[in-house]
Amino acid sequence: MLTPAIVRRNTPQRYRMEAAKCAKCGKVFFPPRLICDACKSRTFKPYTLPQEGTVVSHTVIRTAPRGFGDEAPYCMGIVELTDGTRILCQIADCEPERLEIGLKVAIEFRKIQEAGESGVIAYGYKAVPER
Amino acid sequence: MRDVAIIGIGMTDFGELWNDSLRDLFVKAALEAMDDAGVDHIDGLVAGCMSPGLFAGQEHIGSLLADYLGQAPIPGVRVESACASGGMALRTGIAYVASGMHDVVLCGGAEKMTDVSGAQATYALATAADQDMEAFHGATFPGLYALMATAHMHKYGTRREDLAQVAVKNHDNGMLNPHAQYRMKITVDQVINSVKVADPLNILDCSPITDGAAAVIICPLEMAKKLKKKPIVKITGSAHATDTIALHQRADMTWLKSTADAAAQAYKQAGVKPSQIDFAEVHDCFTIAEICVLEALGVVKKGQGGKATREGLTARDGKFPVNPSGGLKSKGHPVGATGIAQIHEIVTQLRGDAGKRQLKGVKRGLAQNMGGSGGSAVVHILEVL
Repeated sequence: MLTPAIVRRNTPQRYRMEAAKCAKCGKVFFPPRLICDACKSRTFKPYTLPQEGTVVSHTVIRTAPRGFGDEAPYCMGIVELTDGTRILCQIADCEPERLEIGLKVAIEFRKIQEAGESGVIAYGYKAVPER
Repeated sequence: MRDVAIIGIGMTDFGELWNDSLRDLFVKAALEAMDDAGVDHIDGLVAGCMSPGLFAGQEHIGSLLADYLGQAPIPGVRVESACASGGMALRTGIAYVASGMHDVVLCGGAEKMTDVSGAQATYALATAADQDMEAFHGATFPGLYALMATAHMHKYGTRREDLAQVAVKNHDNGMLNPHAQYRMKITVDQVINSVKVADPLNILDCSPITDGAAAVIICPLEMAKKLKKKPIVKITGSAHATDTIALHQRADMTWLKSTADAAAQAYKQAGVKPSQIDFAEVHDCFTIAEICVLEALGVVKKGQGGKATREGLTARDGKFPVNPSGGLKSKGHPVGATGIAQIHEIVTQLRGDAGKRQLKGVKRGLAQNMGGSGGSAVVHILEVL
């Protein structure tokens, strides 16, 4: 679902990759949470995720969901950022043949969905192979 | 807590059942289960259904189904845990009976998936993934399981053919199940050359979109003994565990922790080790899932699920038959019904009523039902007395 309220609420994560770091044990949460699942602390410090990482698994989506039909096939991966945090995102500017575990990527700000149900264009992060 | 037994089972055919509505499907399975148990009244109803709202435009089905089953004003409730909704329905019913709250409870599952377009069905299923962190980016369920498969192949050397063998084996079994949606033989080559969905998974690695329902009747074990109509199947383990629903937030994306956690509890309740289980029905929504589930259940060591499948461990004539019903792959996967249909197969096998696909000498079976990419799992252990 993509409504203006949801898009607006997710902006800190999708535009700026704002995460939270547990003030007690240091565990990083993306998106931020209200309680740390490791030490149960409820105090967090603002934290921004690093913008480089490595592909730890990948796929090529051939049958796309609503909102992505024009883009298929597209590459997706789980990326482990340099601080160890993992994110799921598309891997853009990448031929499927180039996908491999260990591929170095940089995070870039891109358009994610052409238009939501309410006409909102949604932006966010994608990984691109390092040139 | 009272011991609980299964005294009746029923299920519809699985397939594209255009003439049947959600309520028709559920009531057909429920009536068959009541007839099988020889009861004309139930004290409570629990219905597992993942998304009647998105698939059928209908919520509030606990009351609807109790009413159409001719049982109102008994309490009726729907439970949801994505594709593990069926397993959750049984576990919830067990809590009713074991606690003494109710005596005779119908635990059913149903999903009506073909009233909507493929795109709408895909959307409904994708709501079991993390909407903000997975679906938003264009991930699909085949895509998430494909990420598990890529990682498993890389980490453990699991082969593409091993994935395909899961589908081939389950179709071999499903061919002998009159309720199954796809009763045809397939080959490893056909799987590997079928239409690509999300690399490395092809269409024949994926369970289908299916209409169907299944139901079981449970009651206290002591009451079941007085009925003495059919072999009594006792529920010796019932466990549920949760995990992060976003795949990438797990420490190891090849390890189904919720299944491992639920299985550990169920084994403890039943007082058995994995080696003492005779056969299992597991959640093969995608071929890689069955491989990972074998490992999480402790049937094989971590990383050995593909090799074990290749070597025939899980075939009908293997040491540990898995999915004699045909599994989700061949039998079909009406998501809310699946967990109960697994129980239906285990009871059928334990009673010796499985016809051409009957396993020899089985006394104890395990059912593993999983939600999303493993964000929830329900494990049951059943034994024939």
